[in-house]
Parts: sequence; structure tokens; C-alpha cells
Amino acid sequence: MDLSLLKQQSRFEWHIPPFGKMRVPGVIYANEMLIRGMDMKVYEQVTNVATLPGIVRASYAMPDAHWGYGFPIGGVAAFDPDVGGVVSAGGVGFDISCGVRLLRTGLTVADLQPVKEELAEILFHRIPAGVGSTGKLHLDRSEMDAMLAGGARWAVAKGYGVPIDLEFIEEQGCMAGAKPECVSDHAKTRQQDEMGTLGSGNHYLEVQQVVNVFATEAASVFDLHEGDIVVSIHCGSRGLGHQIGTEFLRTMAISAAGHKIELRDRELACAPINSEVGQEYLGAMRAGINCALANRQIITHLVRQAFADTLPQASLSLLYDVSHNTCKVEEHALDRNLARLFVHRKGATRAFGPGHPDIPPSFRTVGQPVLIGGTMGTASYVLAGTRESMSLAFGSACHGAGRSMSRHQATRQWHGREVVRELAARGILIRSPSFRGVAEEAPGAYKDVSEVVEAAERAKLARKVARLEPLICVKG
Amino acid sequence: MTPNWEHFPHEADMGVRGIGPTKEAAFEGAALALTAVITDPAEVLPTQQVTMACQAPDDELLLVDWLNALVYEMATRKMLFGRFEVHFNDHSLHATAWGEPLEVTRHRPAVEVKGATYTDLLVKQGEKGYWIAQCVVDV
Repeated sequence: MDLSLLKQQSRFEWHIPPFGKMRVPGVIYANEMLIRGMDMKVYEQVTNVATLPGIVRASYAMPDAHWGYGFPIGGVAAFDPDVGGVVSAGGVGFDISCGVRLLRTGLTVADLQPVKEELAEILFHRIPAGVGSTGKLHLDRSEMDAMLAGGARWAVAKGYGVPIDLEFIEEQGCMAGAKPECVSDHAKTRQQDEMGTLGSGNHYLEVQQVVNVFATEAASVFDLHEGDIVVSIHCGSRGLGHQIGTEFLRTMAISAAGHKIELRDRELACAPINSEVGQEYLGAMRAGINCALANRQIITHLVRQAFADTLPQASLSLLYDVSHNTCKVEEHALDRNLARLFVHRKGATRAFGPGHPDIPPSFRTVGQPVLIGGTMGTASYVLAGTRESMSLAFGSACHGAGRSMSRHQATRQWHGREVVRELAARGILIRSPSFRGVAEEAPGAYKDVSEVVEAAERAKLARKVARLEPLICVKG
Repeated sequence: MTPNWEHFPHEADMGVRGIGPTKEAAFEGAALALTAVITDPAEVLPTQQVTMACQAPDDELLLVDWLNALVYEMATRKMLFGRFEVHFNDHSLHATAWGEPLEVTRHRPAVEVKGATYTDLLVKQGEKGYWIAQCVVDV
């Protein structure tokens, strides 16, 4: 991206003053090098989002922003329903509530080392991953609707996990306002065999080690210590979410003209929040969030079983579960008042700061955990939300490293077998049904996650708490 | 005649493009390109057939609908498709897809397609008369 198009506010904050039909400025949080590496499409998408009706304050991009669908991935935008604000299926995306959860295990590397290969194999065989994989749980329509209404709460009631897990999931594990009746039969059929599956692409399950602690007080509150073994699960709402995204993107793209909404990009497909289609989408999208939360809860249960069979001394407890692709109703300070806004985070993580009532009481002194996934060869991070983030980006931060090259290019540059071998030589065991899939996800295909996280911290969106490095990675 | 297809780059996902002397051939090519995101189309045996119908206000939305119909059938039937026959009637499409049940060890599927998007969406006839049908698919 050409820096001359931006007005620099600080080393880590850059503005695009409104021009043309933009209703608000664009704001990009990143360092100069990250911005230079961003495609011009990010600029185009940030400015396009800024033209949508009812947008408030700014169209934001996080340090990991890259070319997305309508919204940039790493895009944040909030809308006020009282001034004709919209909800956008494109602003949530195809993988509704894709997210990450982190589990503590109570183990150290010394405990893991003797059974690392065995654990890798058990996780690979027990957690369904990849194209065509199916879960053991097959829901009839009535159970499907119960799951869509209840989310992780439904899963716990069915025996997948324990009640205390729910305290450490956004929305306490159940998104209010879900309307299973707004989810199509096609979407439910697509989900029938996919409960408790990881998916493919950039989804993964990793066993990791805490290698650095940066903020000792926050780490202590999160009960994370150097040398701890933890488990990260990254996946979303599977076929149901994808089908909801597909269907409503189409409906909104076609109905936009009728609502007098000019779409510069069909992917920005949206509808007024207070319209019939807007409300239907919200009902379906919230059901999709519940599907993702239930899915990660079921996978957690499978992971606990795998550990119990390999390392019986392990005790897996949930640190937190965050979602990336959502539209949530939140109260934010706006012009000295509290406004009820519909906040879209597309490939961005909620990062509520200390004192926020929506985060678990035990975390309120330090802020909510923000889980940033890296690549299978580098690192992931745990951050904590800041008070400043609430006014900087409606309490949001980045979600990952962001790709630096296409999948196409990655498969020309790397062979999956070699990637697996090189990582094994470094002590990282990769298990995947597809070598081509591994090549597409090669560490070199991603930006430097440490640089992204550093920029997020310097921009005051979130602060570093711990760095995690992978030991076992199961990919779909 | 085997439809022509290719992939084109997108940062996070994959562009699929069908090229052909007719719009039908271009749509068939785009479907092959979709399969090729997952596996080598030549490895998919045409042992079973599935018929599909779509209708949309314009050709570009119709392309997305066509590819999304295939994504849905692949996901719910656990199949892959390697041969296609498309027929148009105004803005509606009737098609037959031939394929077989997915076998992970033989097909080694690389990635699942979540859906076809409106990004880089184009259906047009070029100067030399050849048709292009393309879009980016989310994986």
C-alpha cells in the first residue's frame, strides 16, 4: 500500500480522511512495514466499508489486515440501527464465529516428551479433520435446533465438557437471539454430519508450550506459566455457517437496491438492521455462532479424552474461547453517551479491557484473553484487552498473522512432505491428511505474527501476555 | 471437448476460471477448476450422476449459484465431481455432474471449499469469441 495515501497520526495509527462517499475516515493500526506489505485492496475495502449506511466513528483495519470479501480480513466496523445502520453478511463472512480456544493441561514438556508421537497419532485419529471427515454426533432436526439455540451450553448439557467451561467462553457459551427457524434446511443438512469436526484450510489443533511470559501479573491471573503445555483449537461453524453466509450474501446482494443501498462491491452485501432480511440474518448468524461454540466444545471433549488415554495426570481447563467473524450488539461510549451498536469483526478478535462487565469476573483486573493464532512453524500469542482499545477500535484486536502469499504461490514454493520433515526436525510434529494442504499452510506463506502482535501492542489494542510455540499440529 | 480451466491467485483463497467457446463450456470449466481446488479432477471417476438446477437474475450470480450448488452437493453427498454438462435457458441453468464418493486416501483432498464468492466475479465473452467464467472461492 502506498503510504502517501494515508495521514500518519502516530507510528502505529494511520488515517484515510473521508473522500467521495465515505461517511467516516478509515483507520489502519499497523507499523510502516506492515502497511507497505498490505495490498491496495485493503485500502479499497477499508474505504468501501466507510461508505455503508449508519457506520460510526471509523472503518478500522487491524495490523494483520489483508484482502478479504467486501470487508478486509482484519476489518472492524460498527453500525447504529437508529440512523439506518446495516448488518452485512459479507462483514461476517462464510465461517461464522470461526475462533480459537486455549486449554491449559497442567503438564510440562518433560511430561509430554515421552508420549509426544503417541499423543499426535491419537489426536489425529480421534479429532475428525479435513475434507469429508464426519463427526460421531448426528443430530436430528429437533436436536439441531436445540444446538443452534443453546450453543456450548447445549453441548455441556449433553455431556461434552463441564459447566465451568461456559464461564470462559464469549457470551457464556450461548449467543442470545439465535433463531434456528431462520437457518435453512440446506444449512442444517450440510451440518448433520459435521458436529465435532475441525474442517480444513487454516483450521488446526495444536499442542503448544508457553515459551515466554511478558506480563507476569496477567499471566498469573490467566494461570499461565513458562513451560506449561497448552492446547489451541482453531475452527468455526463448519458447513452450517458456510451455507448461512452463502445464502444471505445472495439475498442481501439482491435486496440492497430495494433498500436504496449502493454496493460498491457485491461482497459488502448488507441490509438495514431494522429490516426483515436484516433481522433474519441476525437470527441465523447468531445460530451460526452457537454452532461454532458447540463445535469447539465437542472437540474439547474429544481432546480431553485423548489426553486422558495418553497422559492421565493431565487436567484440561479452558482459559478462554474467542470468536473472529461475528456481528455483535455491544454498548460503546460515543460522544459521551452509551450507544447500542452492531459491531462487525471480520477476522478480528474482541479485546475488551479491564473492568468490562462482559468478561469473566476473575479476568476483570487485567482484561479479556485475546488469542492470536500463528503458523505451525512459528508461534501463537496470548494477549489481554486494554482500556484504550475500547475507544481505539470498539475493543478489537488482530486475529492472526495474515497471509503474505496466495495458496497457489505457496504450493509452487513448498512441498508438503518437505515442510513436514523440516518441522519434525525442529521438534514440531505435523499430522494432516493432505500434503498439498500443508504446503498451502506453510509458515513462510504467512506474515510475521510477532510483528503483527508487536504492532497491536504498540497501537494499544491489546498487550502481550505470553508466547506459545507449537509441538504438535493437527491440520485438516 | 474437455473444458479448459485454470486457477488464478487470491491472497487467502483461490480463484477458479473456466474458459470455453461457449458460455456452457466456460461454466463447465469453472466447475472443473472448483474440483481442482480439492483434488486432481482426472482422479475422479464418473460413476454416479447428480442433476442440478439454478436460477438467478444475471449470468454472474448464476455462476456463483452453480458453483455453490456443487459445493452443497459435494458436502452433503460426500462426493467429488469430475465431469459436467451445463445447459442454459435465459437465466436458468440445468446441469448434470458426474463423480464418485470421496475416498480420502485416493483423492487426498487438499482443502474444503466453503463457498463461491462475488470477488473477481466475471462472466463475459472476449473479443475472439471465447467465454470466461470466474470467481474466487473461499477455502
